[in-house]
Amino acid sequence: MKRTGAQIIWETLLKEKVDTVFGYPGGAILPAYDALLDYPIKHVLVRHEQGASHMADGFSRASGKVGVCVATSGPGATNLVTGIATAMMDSSSIVCITGQVPGTLIGRDAFQEVDVTGITLPITKHNYLVNKAEEISLALREAFHIARSGRPGPVLVDITKDAQQAEIEFTWDDTPVKLPGYRPQPDIPEEEFQAALDLIQSAKRPLILAGQGVIKSGATDILMEFIERTQIPVTPTLLGLGGIPASHPLNLGMMGMHGEAWVNTAIQKADLLLAFGMRFDDRVTGNLANYAKKARKIHIEIDPSEINKNVHVDVALVGDLRETLETLLPNVDSGNRAAWVKHINDLKGDSAVRDIQKLPDTGKLYAAHVINDLWNLTDGQATVVTDVGQHQMWEAQYYHHEKPRSLITSGGLGTMGFALPAAIGAKFAQPNKEIWVVVGDGGFQMTAAELSTCAQENIKINIAIINNGYLGMVRQWQEFFYDRRYAATPMLSPDFVMLAEAHGLKGIRVENRAQVREAVETARKNPQTTVVEFRVEQEDSVFPMVPAGADLDAMIRRPRETVLADRKDEVEW
Amino acid sequence: MVNVATQETHPPLQTLVVYAEDKPGVINRISSLFRRSDFNIESLTTGKTLKSEVARLTIVMRGDSATTRRFEASLYKLVNILRVVNMTDLPSVESEIALIKVSSNAKTRQDILAINEEFHSQVVDLGTAAIILEVTGTPEKIDSMIGVLEQFGIIEVARTGLVAMTRSSEGIPVDSEPVSETPTPGSNQSHS
Repeated sequence: MKRTGAQIIWETLLKEKVDTVFGYPGGAILPAYDALLDYPIKHVLVRHEQGASHMADGFSRASGKVGVCVATSGPGATNLVTGIATAMMDSSSIVCITGQVPGTLIGRDAFQEVDVTGITLPITKHNYLVNKAEEISLALREAFHIARSGRPGPVLVDITKDAQQAEIEFTWDDTPVKLPGYRPQPDIPEEEFQAALDLIQSAKRPLILAGQGVIKSGATDILMEFIERTQIPVTPTLLGLGGIPASHPLNLGMMGMHGEAWVNTAIQKADLLLAFGMRFDDRVTGNLANYAKKARKIHIEIDPSEINKNVHVDVALVGDLRETLETLLPNVDSGNRAAWVKHINDLKGDSAVRDIQKLPDTGKLYAAHVINDLWNLTDGQATVVTDVGQHQMWEAQYYHHEKPRSLITSGGLGTMGFALPAAIGAKFAQPNKEIWVVVGDGGFQMTAAELSTCAQENIKINIAIINNGYLGMVRQWQEFFYDRRYAATPMLSPDFVMLAEAHGLKGIRVENRAQVREAVETARKNPQTTVVEFRVEQEDSVFPMVPAGADLDAMIRRPRETVLADRKDEVEW
Repeated sequence: MVNVATQETHPPLQTLVVYAEDKPGVINRISSLFRRSDFNIESLTTGKTLKSEVARLTIVMRGDSATTRRFEASLYKLVNILRVVNMTDLPSVESEIALIKVSSNAKTRQDILAINEEFHSQVVDLGTAAIILEVTGTPEKIDSMIGVLEQFGIIEVARTGLVAMTRSSEGIPVDSEPVSETPTPGSNQSHS
């Protein structure tokens, strides 16, 4: 049958079971947009292409499927870049389709020409420049295969305008794609399994570090079995939150720079670390030279280039986490680690008393209270999408996630402006879920134009703006490490309630804790997207904190005088 | 000249042989891995193999073993890379070609030609004011020949960069089928 390159794009996407794409039209992608009208694929018009790549990312993280975004050449393509880099750092499977100037004009600095395959080379898992209609389908099929297999990641397919316009004889090719150099699933040697089992059996103070790999590989159930049989306590990374229920008695809470102090101390005291689908990012290790020096390490990881990258490990099982745990589990003995778990729990010391949630209401509104109330009022069942910064850490500390894919956050790249568009993408993946954006006043303003997308698509999400009038995390670093010199961090914001109303949406302002419940309940009931602005304490900081480059257990704790119950005795961890 | 004192302060030279799909942009993908780490490639050669769809590259870099393993693993991660072999500690032959243009005149010509004999190089061009010699051998041999010729005035040197091959009677298998084993940097797994 005769098909244009543009038609082949959509027919291939349909075969890949794509039902929604996020994009923005323009000259070099116009043939594809023209053909789109004839195919049953939902197109979401974004307000800036960065929104399109974040939406595809949010869609992917919420569903486990490949998210797709579309943009034109030149500025359309370069605007995708931040979203692509975000997806790369957090191993999110997205396929980006960009139009390119006609093949005859490539390399001549044509109008809206940019070398997008060159620009995105280090921030994609792979990319393609397609100059012939005959090559479109195969390039897209390979792109989907690469994006979703092994360690997932973004793949960009740049298609020239004349390739989209050309009409060719097209028959669908059902044979699996052949990529001779691509090895998404390596084999694990038998002796490595035995070495891992030996280390587990002899460990007295073992600890599981559970990363996003738990969620990506669907390993939640098998990991729970593993934990229950071995009685080894577990700590999630930021992106691992939700991988196992926060309420599980062996889930100690988050590790890392703003993790629980007892968790970081336990990591430093452990004699065995089982790193499951995580990559020893500097935000979870602190000073590498003094990181977990007493511990042997087992690393289960799909990406071989992560092994020994930051932390040298004793045993590496390179493979899919779920499959690897399925092989390990029948051979591990049930264990009794009660003394070790009790020791960790004793490390908590007076933390429960110091917990900001225990404070009597002083009339001030703290972000931690807002998040905690939001968790209570949504029964912990919402999907929460966050940006980067203080609000993100408070969310991680005070919204206790029970299920995989219920927290979507920009971890590796730490992208401001991620939350709102990623939440829109997540809504298309989870149309029946309650979705809450938790975002700072700064990050929200980076992509606030996507409110208009919410209105046009008539979707229902809730947006909690944690407004402290500062770029809060930067301000916190200035307070701690730059002598309180607040360079360029005080931020004037628009009236967020009026901004919501200008989009035909509902806006609510909250200025004290007593107003939180009603505002959240009103937002939940409102059928439209709703913006709730929480005006929180301006100079509150996230505690505890490991200063960048410090040892993991050298944590700054919340100063008692600011908010906490006055205690005369100082209990150390 | 090879300066022994400065060489000791640098990490050792490592020779990687890389088989890759012969497609546009593959060298860019490879060199980009080094560039992003602010790493200088000492030399990079590329050429065809017996299979038209496969290219063979020899990359010489400086790095300790952990760094080199990390690059090997990152190279393997590239979709177009078929195989990576670190030749550094394998029994292998290494060779490169250099063209050396040396100033010459009636007085010095015989001395230069004598050096040419000693190094088993070839005179590929002989003019009244300059001689071009073509020498094949290890980088050390070429460095040494350049050192000896410097007294006459070297006008220009063109070196190809290194190619390397193991001495074993078996070749490196490179199939169009996916290779199952994957290197684990720092582990004891062999890559060959």
